Amino acid sequence: MQVTLKILRYNPEKDARPHWESYRLEAEPMDRVLDLLHQVKWEQDGTLAFRKSCGHGICGSDAMMINGVNRLACKTLVKDLGTDVITVEPIRGLPVEKDLVVDMEPFFDAYRAVKPWLINDQPPPERERLQSPEERAVFDEGTKCILCAACTTSCPVFWVNGTYLGPSAIVQAHRFIFDSRDRGAAERFPALGSTGGGWRCRTAYNCTEACPREIPVTQLIEEVKRAIMFGQM
Amino acid sequence: MMAFRARRLEEAKRLSTSNLELLWWVFMRVSGVLLVFLVLGHLYTRAVLLNFHHDLTYDVVARNMSTVTWKFYNWLLLFLSILHGTNGLRYSIDDYLPSPRARVWVKVIVYTLVFLVTVFGTLSLWAWNYTPVR
Repeated sequence: MQVTLKILRYNPEKDARPHWESYRLEAEPMDRVLDLLHQVKWEQDGTLAFRKSCGHGICGSDAMMINGVNRLACKTLVKDLGTDVITVEPIRGLPVEKDLVVDMEPFFDAYRAVKPWLINDQPPPERERLQSPEERAVFDEGTKCILCAACTTSCPVFWVNGTYLGPSAIVQAHRFIFDSRDRGAAERFPALGSTGGGWRCRTAYNCTEACPREIPVTQLIEEVKRAIMFGQM
Repeated sequence: MMAFRARRLEEAKRLSTSNLELLWWVFMRVSGVLLVFLVLGHLYTRAVLLNFHHDLTYDVVARNMSTVTWKFYNWLLLFLSILHGTNGLRYSIDDYLPSPRARVWVKVIVYTLVFLVTVFGTLSLWAWNYTPVR
């Protein structure tokens, strides 16, 4: 089948602002959008810039806005889009460096602010810190995050006000706050409880819909809010 | 290691440790629920207990407004809805106005108007005194 791929292109050295460019392509229904991008880059215009690494929905490099929705290009099939005109834009709210490549540093700034590592000041036991399957299940959803930024860059609050941590960082905080082996909740609360933290979430649910790993993001954010509330009051 | 660093005073304040936002968040939930029942109670005493077409006259309302209970009831309605609404506006201003300077100015204007409405509302409520001329 013939498809038209419309890409929001931007070259900082030449363009004053991003502009749309269309490419006619021969595609199979089972092709991924990533395959179409490769087809453009390899056969039509080698200057097209986008990120990809594993191509199998695990590395989280190729999050982009496809037909108005944040998705992974490697997990989106042409047939599932149900149209022969496919639009591709960079994810929103982060500075565009070139074409579909954005500066991820503000996203990782927020990630680091919630201290996404195990904090435990107790001396380690002889073998390992044991955890029951039930205790593990509590934070299971958060462990599925691949840091692709699809959720954070779908959030209307994140788009405008650059000081919001964003859903992804709060999910990462959830993964450790609710880990029975972790004792660092109090250290994470300042970043999460500030005006730029969890209280800025307005439960728009964009993040939950955008997550390619089907993490119930909004629910996890609400659980973090509750943890802060009962920890502080 | 505080990577989420502040570039302006406003951002530094945001990052400061304080439970203020938590308290506002709780207030929004509590006041929201309270307001629903206050409004329903107001509707019930006016439109259900009194016959809407015959008993709900200027005289009845004006006399009710002179009692301390009704003054307090109405003032609670005014106070909670003003605070609830203003905080909601503050959320929207912070969420949707990208320019920090615009945010400051819009907030100055909104807070001034809110202050005036609250003061005039409170004054006219408590100064109200009705004695029927008959």
